[in-house]
Amino acid sequence: MTLTLGHYLSLGAMLFALAVIGIFLNRKNLIVLLMAIELMLLAVNMNFVAFSHYLGDMRGQVFVFFILTVAAAESAIGLAILVLLFRNKNSINVDDLNSLKG
Amino acid sequence: MDIQTGFFYLFSAVLLFAAFRVVTARNPVHAVLYLMLAFSQASGIWFLLEAEFLAITLVLVYLGAVMVLFLFVVMMLDINMDIFREGFWKHFPLAATLGALIALEMAAVLMGGFRLTAAPKAVLAAGAVVFPVSNAKALGILLYTDYLMPIQIGAVILLVAMIAAIALTLRARKDSKAINPALQVRVRAADRLSIIQLDVTQAGLAPEPPVTAAQTTENKS
Amino acid sequence: MSQTLNASTLLAVPLAPLVGSVLAGIFGTRLGGNWIGRRLTHSLTILGVLVAFVLSAMTLKSVVLEGARLNETLYTWMVVGGLKMEVGFMIDGLTAMMMCVVTFVSLMVHIYTIGYMEEDEGYNRFFAYISLFTFSMLMLVMSNNMLQLFFGWEAVGLVSYLLIGFWFNKPTAIFANMKAFLVNRVGDFGFILGIGLIAAYAGTLNYTEAFAKAGELSALALPGTHWMLVTVICICLFIGAMGKSAQFPLHVWLPDSMEGPTPISALIHAATMVTAGIFMVARMSPLFELSDTALNFIMVIGAITALFMGFLGIIQNDIKRVVAYSTLSQLGYMTVALGASAYSVAVFHLMTHAFFKALLFLGAGSVIMGMHHNQDIRWMGGVRKYMPITWVTSLLGSLALIGTPLFSGFYSKDSIIEAVAESHLPAAGFAHFAVLAGVFVTAFYSFRMYFLVFHGQERFDQNPHAHHGHDDHGHGAHDKPHESPWVVTVPLVLLAMPSVVIGYMTITPMLFGEFFKDAIFVDAARHPVMQELAHAFHGPAGMALHALSSAPFWLALAGVVTAWYMYMVNPSVPAAIAKVLRPLVVVLENKYYLDWFNENILARGARALGNGLWKVGDRALIDGFVVNGSWKLVGWVSGQVRKFQSGYLYHYALVMILGIFVLMTYFVWLNK
Repeated sequence: MTLTLGHYLSLGAMLFALAVIGIFLNRKNLIVLLMAIELMLLAVNMNFVAFSHYLGDMRGQVFVFFILTVAAAESAIGLAILVLLFRNKNSINVDDLNSLKG
Repeated sequence: MDIQTGFFYLFSAVLLFAAFRVVTARNPVHAVLYLMLAFSQASGIWFLLEAEFLAITLVLVYLGAVMVLFLFVVMMLDINMDIFREGFWKHFPLAATLGALIALEMAAVLMGGFRLTAAPKAVLAAGAVVFPVSNAKALGILLYTDYLMPIQIGAVILLVAMIAAIALTLRARKDSKAINPALQVRVRAADRLSIIQLDVTQAGLAPEPPVTAAQTTENKS
Repeated sequence: MSQTLNASTLLAVPLAPLVGSVLAGIFGTRLGGNWIGRRLTHSLTILGVLVAFVLSAMTLKSVVLEGARLNETLYTWMVVGGLKMEVGFMIDGLTAMMMCVVTFVSLMVHIYTIGYMEEDEGYNRFFAYISLFTFSMLMLVMSNNMLQLFFGWEAVGLVSYLLIGFWFNKPTAIFANMKAFLVNRVGDFGFILGIGLIAAYAGTLNYTEAFAKAGELSALALPGTHWMLVTVICICLFIGAMGKSAQFPLHVWLPDSMEGPTPISALIHAATMVTAGIFMVARMSPLFELSDTALNFIMVIGAITALFMGFLGIIQNDIKRVVAYSTLSQLGYMTVALGASAYSVAVFHLMTHAFFKALLFLGAGSVIMGMHHNQDIRWMGGVRKYMPITWVTSLLGSLALIGTPLFSGFYSKDSIIEAVAESHLPAAGFAHFAVLAGVFVTAFYSFRMYFLVFHGQERFDQNPHAHHGHDDHGHGAHDKPHESPWVVTVPLVLLAMPSVVIGYMTITPMLFGEFFKDAIFVDAARHPVMQELAHAFHGPAGMALHALSSAPFWLALAGVVTAWYMYMVNPSVPAAIAKVLRPLVVVLENKYYLDWFNENILARGARALGNGLWKVGDRALIDGFVVNGSWKLVGWVSGQVRKFQSGYLYHYALVMILGIFVLMTYFVWLNK
């Protein structure tokens, strides 16, 4: 059978759902959290590219381009913060990170 | 079932399996490696969708740079993952339900809004140029004309990210005499000066023994 | 004197006493440095009142002999949205008569005070107050609009307060003056409502303009109810009269007002201030004639007051209280006459009563002076030997009070009784019974007092409360009384004369003549009382002769005889009767428990309400619940919301996921 837009979109949806599950389950693990975010971004990019292909519009891919840029920047900074956090705290227990408590 | 469909299902299956393992792996290095697998499968799917430039970019940027960075960090921070795994499988049913619901909702939206049986339209560039160009060229045509400004902004974002990452993790040289004005401004008088009360009259000090001539000569010699 | 009345000359009538009062009040007291002494003070104030009296007499002459009338506005104070607030005078028969009565009695009281208050420190202050009172009362009676009437009304109330509490170091005096003021205020509340209704519906406070609209008003009903507007207005106005003229149940202040010095009891609480209510109703006769309901109400209240206050007079031992209850009872008579649409009869009785009641009060004061300020009639007796002038004048006053034929009180009282008999109102039956029974009661208590004070055994030594020692006169408590000085006895004589003759002389023109022609309006078709009286009237002499065959005379005689028997012939009878009728006596001694009701239920209830409103309404509800509660609520809410900011990253991530889920659900399913 031919592949339709629906296939790709459902793929993206499932990927996104997996990433959400990942956040939910790994909320104490900062590194896996960041990875789950990358997965979410991947799911979104998947959707964009699929749309771009099936609707014949290049703009979808342009958008993916920018998302890629920003995602890279964000993960870099996120990891830098992570490193700094562990450097300062000398402890890796997430439960200790509550100094912004309201 | 033609070859493309087959590849699509293959790539999708591996992608989903890899994504699942990313979030459930015990060892973080394993998780990163699975993530790399997921990205590579996604790249393959994008090839199928005729988005070659982006597929390659995914490999170069993500697999080549971002994932490597993840690996560096994971290996550098020696984290005991066990504490993170407490109650992991306890929450799994709820998480699975949530995820399933999200997926279903997204599917409902997307299914309802689009005709999903149409074949892909012919690829059209912005200027309705119908001659066949490579994907990169087509992308370039659009980017460097209509989307020039966002490109510049993207460049600035990357610059800022670089500076931020450096600034955050910068360890100052130990012999640096650079002054932090913020600290200077926040100084209070009590940090520099303290006033103490002494009694006006105090018990006199024991009188010094008179300096004899012998001692002074001793000192001089 | 010119043919017509001059407004500026008339202005001197209230202003002369005012000037005297101000000079005495400021320069004669510590306020102004005690510049003028006693002689100058009393001379100034008496001069003021004398001027007022002379001018009033001249005015009366103009009004009666030359038919002069005046209705002029002297000064417009302000105009608010079409409602004019003015100062003006309206002089007709009613006003002229009231002016003369007020100024004459005031003059007598001023002269009397020279003797009575001789030993008092507040001498100058007293004169200032009584002159101020004269000014206020004159402004009240001379006014041509309701605002000035109300001004005078409140001013006399104020001066009454000041005078009742004249001896302000006495706790009972202070209690009494507050009581008078507050009870009056209750009446004034109704009065203001009445005036307000008139101002609202007639658009004017001026008498003539308002009365001109009376016809239109009689067709209206009070919006939202099915009550006639005029009935509501008249009842509200009468409530004011109930307060000022001490009708049941707002009478409770008058016996307590005897705490003030006797001259003011004579001036204010017998002759003038308490008659302001009667005057006001007579003045507003065009309105009252339109409402039978109001007239009925007036008659009932008057009848209750006339009879039941008389009963209370029987058991009083304080000489002033006897006369006070007598005043209350007579005011009830006047009110009954008003209810029977016999306004001129009521005002006539007002005039005669002013004379003989002031006489009785001043006589009582003279006796009190002679008894060295003992006021209890149980420790008097046989005073006639020592104070002959006081004795004769008091006897004349008592005879006038009980309605002895040919005396002035007879003419006015009997006219009232006949008027009530002729009235067709539903309450007339009860009122007739009340006024007739009242004749007996009045005669009884008047002569009880007379016999106990002036006749019988001398009981001065038996007074357990007498203070031994000498007062300023060098008298001891055991000395015999002697006659009062001329400044006291001359007013008594001067008041006795009209008490005897004025009824005979003026009944014909006042009741059946043209005296009140344009002052008092009677709807002859609906209320033919005055016409019927006119038919039966055959001149004062004839009326006196006719009295011998009518019930009131014999009732009065029976009362005198009973009193004579019980207090002169067989003095043990009263005690025996009191023992048998003990419960009744207890009720009378407690003044029908009205004072108890007012103090314990109304006053205490109001204080409890205020306390409750403070504790619950103010502190708990407003301060605690609303004011404090609002910030506490905000604090609690913030405390709950704060829990979201746990500081833990994974909590935030979780909340984000859940938020996405909720938003997705909303937009996908619910916002189609």
